[in-house]
Amino acid sequence: MISFRDFSFWYPDAHEPTVRSATLDIDEGEFALLVGRTGSGKSTVLRAVNGLVPHFTGGHVEGEVTTAGRNPRTSPPREFADAVGVVGQDPLAGFVTDTVEEELAYGMEQLAMAPQVMRRRVEEVLDLMGIAPLRNRALRTLSGGEQQRVALGSVLTTSPRLLVLDEPTSALDPAAAEEALAAILRLVHDLGVTVLAAEHRLERVVEYADALVVVSDATVRKGRPQEMLRHGALAPPVVQLGRLAGWHPLPLSVRDARRVAGPLRDRLSGVQALNAHSAGALPSVTRPSSARLSGLLLPPTSRATDGRADGLVVSSLTVRYGDTVALRSVDMVAEPGEVLAVMGRNGSGKSTLLWAVQGAGRRSAGSVRVAGSDTAGLTRTAAARLVALVPQQAGDLLYHDSVDAECAAADRAAAAATGATRDILERLFEGPALSGTTHPRDLSDGQRLGLALAVQLVSQPRVLLLDEPTRGLDYGAKSHLCSVLTDLAAAGCVVVVATHDVEFVAQSADQVLVLADGQVVSWAPTSEALAGSPIFAPQVAKVLAPQPWLTVDQVAHALSGDGVPHA
Amino acid sequence: MAALAPALIESRSGPDQRLPRALHPLAWWLWALGMAVAASRTTNPLLLGAILGVVSWVVVARRSDNPWAKAFRLYVIAGAVIIALRVFFRLVFGGGDGGHVLVPLPEVALPGAVAGIHLLGDVTAEALLGGLYDGLRLATMLICLGAANALANPRRLLRSMPPALHEVSTAVVVAMSVFPQLAESVVRVTRARRLRPSIPGESRLAAVLAVVIPVLEDSLDRSVLLAASMDSRGYGRRAGRSSRASRAAGLLLVCGLAGICVGANGVLDATTPRVLAAPMLAAGVCVGVAGLALSGRAVSRSAYRPDRWRVAELVTAGAGIAAAVLLFVSSGVDASDLNPSLTPLSWPQLPLLPLAGILIGLVPVVAAPQAASLEGASR
Repeated sequence: MISFRDFSFWYPDAHEPTVRSATLDIDEGEFALLVGRTGSGKSTVLRAVNGLVPHFTGGHVEGEVTTAGRNPRTSPPREFADAVGVVGQDPLAGFVTDTVEEELAYGMEQLAMAPQVMRRRVEEVLDLMGIAPLRNRALRTLSGGEQQRVALGSVLTTSPRLLVLDEPTSALDPAAAEEALAAILRLVHDLGVTVLAAEHRLERVVEYADALVVVSDATVRKGRPQEMLRHGALAPPVVQLGRLAGWHPLPLSVRDARRVAGPLRDRLSGVQALNAHSAGALPSVTRPSSARLSGLLLPPTSRATDGRADGLVVSSLTVRYGDTVALRSVDMVAEPGEVLAVMGRNGSGKSTLLWAVQGAGRRSAGSVRVAGSDTAGLTRTAAARLVALVPQQAGDLLYHDSVDAECAAADRAAAAATGATRDILERLFEGPALSGTTHPRDLSDGQRLGLALAVQLVSQPRVLLLDEPTRGLDYGAKSHLCSVLTDLAAAGCVVVVATHDVEFVAQSADQVLVLADGQVVSWAPTSEALAGSPIFAPQVAKVLAPQPWLTVDQVAHALSGDGVPHA
Repeated sequence: MAALAPALIESRSGPDQRLPRALHPLAWWLWALGMAVAASRTTNPLLLGAILGVVSWVVVARRSDNPWAKAFRLYVIAGAVIIALRVFFRLVFGGGDGGHVLVPLPEVALPGAVAGIHLLGDVTAEALLGGLYDGLRLATMLICLGAANALANPRRLLRSMPPALHEVSTAVVVAMSVFPQLAESVVRVTRARRLRPSIPGESRLAAVLAVVIPVLEDSLDRSVLLAASMDSRGYGRRAGRSSRASRAAGLLLVCGLAGICVGANGVLDATTPRVLAAPMLAAGVCVGVAGLALSGRAVSRSAYRPDRWRVAELVTAGAGIAAAVLLFVSSGVDASDLNPSLTPLSWPQLPLLPLAGILIGLVPVVAAPQAASLEGASR
């Protein structure tokens, strides 16, 4: 179906190839998963399949690609429209029309299909994707999962034999990701469509894949998932647990792991789990503890005598827009040194909460106290220095044309010494990771997040709020972010993270606040909040239930022998 | 024969027309333009009032619950503003002509360099009415166009453009999709801007750039993504068509345009040889149309659920055109009925023939089908 023969590709003006002599075959009917760290060349491989690379990017190509018997190098992407369906990461960005039905018909109109055929196909695809009730809806009003299903449907109407999907579930919350994934699996199993998909969130899809294509250091290797996952940093928690316990064959799903996990559960039954936070800080050999960020923040003020927290105290915070109540009397307390995770489905008020706490968002009633004083009367600049928020699209914070200019502006805004932001940046990345002349737009998601974080940290905030920071991050970047956050907390900062990412919460958070419909549903320590929940339980908890283990680190620590609690 | 069958079934089915459906957007535009042309023929406030009544009635009776249908109010407001401005300027600058003084006001003496311009002065009935009539005519024409916008789906209108203009209409469609996203990212970036402490001594320009640059970068990224998506889905496919045909079409279009230019010049300039005038113009138009047709054939695409011209469409468009024609015809009968005289001041008459013409514009209330409601569109 797809074959790469000695394929190499250089972007314009690049000295090193993004992909180096890749040789790869994807067979008819195969579901192949493309994995690799951010910036490893996954997207380049995907886009080479139908000729978007090099027709849309320019650059230099060597070697051959054959897709459905045609050569994407000589024919442009539009000539592949009948054979290859391409769905990008953000479905909304790829929509051409504005209602569901017209979007489904668009591809067929371009192929000049007969009107009767179009009518029939549209109806069939509406049913296949389960989107018939949405047929007249405006695309912008759909939820993320619905949009992804419409995007899949819109390329299916031309009945392609191959689907190329770029991160089909990364940008979605768990429920929407389930929807989109179910739709993809149905195509794979019922229609025998060949699928090549890139994905970061391996824990969601790896069990269904026939083959794993690993892209690293510009080279491409393909193999069965069990074999490919034996080594390497890119592995979902269940696989890491399998490696730790030495299970063979390596389980890819919670179900497989649970069936072989009996002995492990017995071994662990005598040991008590530590809380996530202290366990996260345990492997001190790999990390120079919190030393790298200490001194970066103001020391926490002396604790009030009445025993009340001097961190962040939010009481009966209410936000309403006209008749809509976005937040209903939310109470929350986070002490310095704590990481608090805010979870809940899309639209449950997570972002509204963070913005209201920061002060840039609307606050209708209630109080927000940081270090003992209310933030209501503060000017924009004072509030931004006291409470830093990194928004969902971290790039929105950046508006200069180079990393250096961005750092210099942040120094001036915070009235800090010249080079302070650069210093933080290097400590965050443990070395000079970013070239100063790079344009912030050209950074990877992880690098951009790091830069935004450094820009916000230079004014030494007491409270750091992050909205969905794990979007687009691979496992390595995610665990790095996790250690940065726990270090910041250890340095005396209150850290609040709004996220969907259960595994990330299990690794980093001390407390979990669950919102639904603008109200607090539960507020509990991480182990309590996650372990028993069918939706929020991380993979390790599902495998080892009823024991309260959440992360592979905890288990590793317990097994290493010195995990006996000090108490 | 098989292709004819649906057409036969549709033309036969009387009750089918009564089912709610969207009327062909061009039919609404023809009707509304007809009404606007009718309005342009008269300054009689009674007739203009009748046109406004007719247009509003049709809009209220036949508009859908789509977002663009709500824009009609904005046009009415804009119309009111036009009338107010018109009257205001007439009162400020239009004094000094004499007439029936309503409110005596002193005139501001202007220096000799701008002699001939009166500033303020007595408020006369003539000036007031002149401004009112003029403004009302302009406002009515604008509201007629607003009615077309409210009744016709703008995207479907673009879809019924001739295939040769396919590229242009696609560009407009893309612009229409990107625009709301642009507005969204402006809101998002402005909000994010508040999260960073302001730089002491930062210029206003830098603050504006801080919003504009991320928004433009964002929309550029989106446009590239959209272009890639359109290309992957087959936009602009040739599918076996030769590039020779498209080159021939291009050549015809250029020759046609050149012919039209030379011809138009010849028609307007009496010194050019007559061969280069009307005959050249006609030849240019013919060649241009042939080029359009040929390049239209080179686009290999089909339309999903195309809008068809049926009886309701013909009746609706016809009603608008009839109203315009009747107002043209009746202006020859008695011009003072259409344009009531201001000197001497006279009470506007209500002439019957033009009124009948305008009332024809009401036909769509009965003839056009109810607009199909879209669930979720109003969400």
